[in-house]
Amino acid sequence: MATTACFIIVSRNDIPIYEAEVGSAVKREDVAHLHQFILHAAQDIVQDLAWTTSAMFLKAIDRFNDLVVSVYVTAGHTRLMLLHDSRNDDGIKSFFQEVHELYIKIILNPLYLPGSRITSSHFDTKVRALARKYL
Amino acid sequence: MSRASGPRSGDAIFASVERVNAELFTLTYGAIVRQLLTDLEEVEEVNKQLDQMGYNIGIRLIDEFLAKSNVSRCVDFKETADMIAKVGFKMFLGVTASVTNWDADGTCCSIVLEDNPLVDFVELPDTCQGLYYCNILSGVIRGALEMVSMKTEVTWTRDMLRGDDAFELQVKLLKQVPEEYPYKDDD
Repeated sequence: MATTACFIIVSRNDIPIYEAEVGSAVKREDVAHLHQFILHAAQDIVQDLAWTTSAMFLKAIDRFNDLVVSVYVTAGHTRLMLLHDSRNDDGIKSFFQEVHELYIKIILNPLYLPGSRITSSHFDTKVRALARKYL
Repeated sequence: MSRASGPRSGDAIFASVERVNAELFTLTYGAIVRQLLTDLEEVEEVNKQLDQMGYNIGIRLIDEFLAKSNVSRCVDFKETADMIAKVGFKMFLGVTASVTNWDADGTCCSIVLEDNPLVDFVELPDTCQGLYYCNILSGVIRGALEMVSMKTEVTWTRDMLRGDDAFELQVKLLKQVPEEYPYKDDD
């Protein structure tokens, strides 16, 4: 498992709807803030890149020291963003694909308003389990 | 249409009726509940409204049920409950329910659904904790039984969306209304 990994989902309206620190490193608040900052800074690149390719998985689009940003853009332009320090591309890709499936289940829930925060604890548990498995 | 003699099994009817895609059905029902929540705002009101909608479906659905299933009059409430669980649910929802928890005088039982196509994908958010998402089903049963002269009370005792292991509907027979003609002979 990667020592540092921060996963967020950004809705098509540029609002973060899910955040999770999934690395095995000890949680520190200032580091978490730095991760958010890096991911936020990568948004512009994602926006430009998303329209140039038909691929959903955009790997290593941005970096900060030894941290790399990989993004998965769904058809509805929801962005699954992962900040990581591992180089395990296949694992990251599988992670994104499986989280995408989970995300689809969330938006199929009639009681969930698209674009609102994902509060489901079930989803949270599953994402963390996937992170342990693939990252 | 040729009439087969004797009652038909739920599976046989289910195989012969027209069906819709399960996801379309689930999401349509979800959209109805979602809209009710937006319109009525109160979860309690939504429960009531779903029950009323179910009732309106039930009083019509019973005719289709009787026409297609070819069942004859049930001798007692036990047979009625079995008929709902084995034939009714299979015919309209494609799932089979089981009947348990009979009380001593045979007027109260539970219909247990292990599988419920209405709740695929659904997870109750914190704001809707009091919602009986499938309340339409209890209304359908109440309405249908009322049309065959049985006053019943149908309540949910277990709900998978609230963390239980199955769906359980408690059906309680309040009274059997004797059939009466709307007019008197000497009028």
